[in-house]
Amino acid sequence: MNLDWQPLLLTFRLAASVTAILLFIGIPLAYWIAHSRARFKPIVETLVSMPLVLPPSVLGFYLLLAFSPQHAFGQWLEQWLHVRLIFSFAGLVVGSVIFSLPFMVQPVQAGFQGLPRSLLDASRTLGKSDLFTLFRVLLPNIKPALLSGAVLSFAHTVGEFGVILMIGGNIPGVTRVASIAIYDEVESLNYAAANFHAMVLFCLTFGIVLALHLLNRKWAKAGPR
Amino acid sequence: MIEIALVKTLQGDGAPFRLEVQAKVDSGCFVTLFGPSGSGKTTLLRMLAGIEWPDSGKIAVDGVTWFDAERGINLPPQERAIGFVFQDYALFPNLTVRQNVAYAAPKGEARLIDELLELTALSSLQQRLPPTLSGGQKQRVALARAIARKPSLLLLDEPLSALDTALRSRMQDDLAHLHRRFGLTTLLVSHDIGEVFKLSRQVLLMEDGRIAQMGTPDEIFLRRRLSSKLNLHAQVLAIRREDVVNIVSLLIGQEIVDVIASDQEAADLHPGDFVELASKAVSALLFKKKM
Repeated sequence: MNLDWQPLLLTFRLAASVTAILLFIGIPLAYWIAHSRARFKPIVETLVSMPLVLPPSVLGFYLLLAFSPQHAFGQWLEQWLHVRLIFSFAGLVVGSVIFSLPFMVQPVQAGFQGLPRSLLDASRTLGKSDLFTLFRVLLPNIKPALLSGAVLSFAHTVGEFGVILMIGGNIPGVTRVASIAIYDEVESLNYAAANFHAMVLFCLTFGIVLALHLLNRKWAKAGPR
Repeated sequence: MIEIALVKTLQGDGAPFRLEVQAKVDSGCFVTLFGPSGSGKTTLLRMLAGIEWPDSGKIAVDGVTWFDAERGINLPPQERAIGFVFQDYALFPNLTVRQNVAYAAPKGEARLIDELLELTALSSLQQRLPPTLSGGQKQRVALARAIARKPSLLLLDEPLSALDTALRSRMQDDLAHLHRRFGLTTLLVSHDIGEVFKLSRQVLLMEDGRIAQMGTPDEIFLRRRLSSKLNLHAQVLAIRREDVVNIVSLLIGQEIVDVIASDQEAADLHPGDFVELASKAVSALLFKKKM
């Protein structure tokens, strides 16, 4: 049997890009939510957690409309930035970043909130900027939360289906990720190929989550951080 | 010279609470802020550090204005020459003892760090992480770290309150020693009269958000408390009847004392009640304790 690795490789490329981008966006956002006293904070928090409860098809549908060159935002993207997010890998990345945002932000935010406020105060009284404090003190002390956020975002992106189908479709090598490939193979009654993709995803996801649990246990044993 | 004139309204659990403080402290002096919980001592310290902002007023330290509401001056904590020792120590758990102390020290001050570690008896612990230290050791790291920045004002927020009596006494000696060695103007929040006498030259007595009295420990405590009566605050632990008398067990500090009460007195008492134990014309015996 000819094994098709392309959807799997595409899936992991997507998940890795999304996780990397989410680390950049998620950490500042979580820090802001944990420390801000702004009045509109509940609105930001709600928007961040929306993907947890919203059906992926709903989110996918609105992203499809937004990215479509027939609508204002999609048109603007195409004219000014020369990007087309619809039916493209870049579109999948943007959609997945939005969809997996709570999986990164919520653990990291909980991590920040679990640290004593006096750590930041102490660092300020010792003459250090908040940015220095973030990298030297706060982030090193929420390593388990960062790892959880990264692993959950990665795993969640790997398992994504609805949003991707809506905005990416099923273009081999571009948007045909493993979850879509499985659906497609089952549709055409090609169970062996579907099983291959499904089994690889199953084993890999199991391995990742198991590693996370073991690492967290090791850190918990190493003492209170 | 440190000049403080601050007003801040605090939104506590109950009604808004107004903190209004005016004081002058000489440079190099060891000053204690003394008063009951909730009288605004910690908030005052935090405002001096720049972690909390007053509503109005002024703070000037050795001629430099740190805060002036009218002129719109408010230096961030980073630009105020302070050392702050927090009640929970706030040590950085991911850094070793040495890294914690060196965190704020000016570059190329390895000798100062060595000296501080030496003075606080931490040299042998310098590669340990804070979660593995005892309370007293953590306290010394916090103190060394605060001093390493070479502050002009050292602020101590009840740093000794979590330690047991013997350790506390040793830490007080260390504090006094460090104060003399570095000549730092020091402001200590304390509930402990013994500590105040041992360490400070000046006391600011705070009550309900104001400075009720200012003076030396002698002036504040001895002149108003001296009386020929022995007067102790106690809590009733248990009441039991033996033969014709009632024995009431009282907790005074950490000591348990039994006293006799008449039926009339005992009828009104219940375990958990707070009472005042007074005895007139005692001839007290004093024994020095070995610590």
